Amino acid sequence: MGKVVVVTSGKGGVGKTTSTAALGAAVAKTGKKVALVDFDVGLRNLDLIMGAERRVVFDLVNVIQGTAKLSQALIRDKRLETLYLLPASQTRDKDALTEEGVEEVIGRLRQVFDYVFCDSPAGIERGAQLAMRFADEAVIVTNPEVSSVRDSDRIIGLLDARTMRAEQGEHIAKHVLVTRYDAARAARGEMLSIDDVLEILSVPLIGIIPESQDVLRASNLGAPVTLSEPINAAAKAYLEAARRLEGEDLPVVVPFERKGFLDRLLGRRAA
Amino acid sequence: MSILDLFKRRTSAPVARERLQVLLAYERRSRAQPDLVSILREEIMAVIAKHVQIDQDYLQVSMDRGETMSTLEIDIQIPNKSPVPLAMAG
Ligand SMILES: Nc1ncnc2c1ncn2[C@@H]1O[C@H](COP(=O)(O)OP(=O)(O)O)[C@@H](O)[C@H]1O
Ligand SMILES: [Mg+2]
Repeated sequence: MGKVVVVTSGKGGVGKTTSTAALGAAVAKTGKKVALVDFDVGLRNLDLIMGAERRVVFDLVNVIQGTAKLSQALIRDKRLETLYLLPASQTRDKDALTEEGVEEVIGRLRQVFDYVFCDSPAGIERGAQLAMRFADEAVIVTNPEVSSVRDSDRIIGLLDARTMRAEQGEHIAKHVLVTRYDAARAARGEMLSIDDVLEILSVPLIGIIPESQDVLRASNLGAPVTLSEPINAAAKAYLEAARRLEGEDLPVVVPFERKGFLDRLLGRRAA
Repeated sequence: MSILDLFKRRTSAPVARERLQVLLAYERRSRAQPDLVSILREEIMAVIAKHVQIDQDYLQVSMDRGETMSTLEIDIQIPNKSPVPLAMAG
């Protein structure tokens, strides 16, 4: 039985879709069978990030409504033969997903794949709750910034209350993935530190992804950043996070930036 | 004050951290129970309605949360041309 991992955050634009693609490809690289499921109905983007937008024929809603078979809707990655994508539909009908339908699809994916990554829509409403509903584990994507941390805290509350596992009194493993981390700004005290974020959320850290042009470049090219060559800092951080997700005990090193000469001279700590 | 202090400004991250800690402590507590402000609002409205007829919009209830103490602000407007108090109208 495969593991179902929801990639969630509450806040939009923090890097859920980027992280779903990067972590999924990283795990698939090791030979595990991986399915990425886009739950962002109406605003699908995972297909673009994966570079599969022109190959979408059927989607999650088609499968749930019975107009397509699961095997017809799954798109196999051109680069990794163990990586598949189940796109979201572009329908504006927010109720197109039913809980029973999602349960059925996730249940079947779980039988075939080693890992099922669910890319959650933003928010804390129905769509986000359905994406997490049948998850065994959660990756909570957080930017070191007040509104993102607050939303992550609410999502953690939902994970502990509204998931199937939680309702059955089982444990749902949670991991914080800090993304868009800017070491220079953290050093100057302009950004919440990793310690701050972890202390506030009290959920273990699975990785720190630096703010990086390479992430944008990868999405422009339609390839998960973990498949880019040569391996850049963001890709390396995602590859390590994926190893931790698979249970490896790999310490997280906080990216470090020395203060500039002028900063040190003036003892400046800009607000 | 040394000349260097002129260049030193307070960093903003510690402020962010403190504000979050206060806020989240409150939000976590209130998640467990129904929203206090709406309950108060409903009950106050019911009490007032016994005596004066006012529109929902004339009652404002808000809570300003502090670290050790919170202030509950209740603002009730009773329009002058408003009906005779119900009690008197009998
Ligand atoms: N580590 C990063 N460095 C730079 N840009 C990033 C990083 N992670 C995400 N982004 C950018 O942030 C934007 C939002 O990312 P996305 O993954 O779509 O967020 P979400 O799915 O949470 O809405 C995108 O433009 C993406 O390229
Ligand atoms: Mg997204």
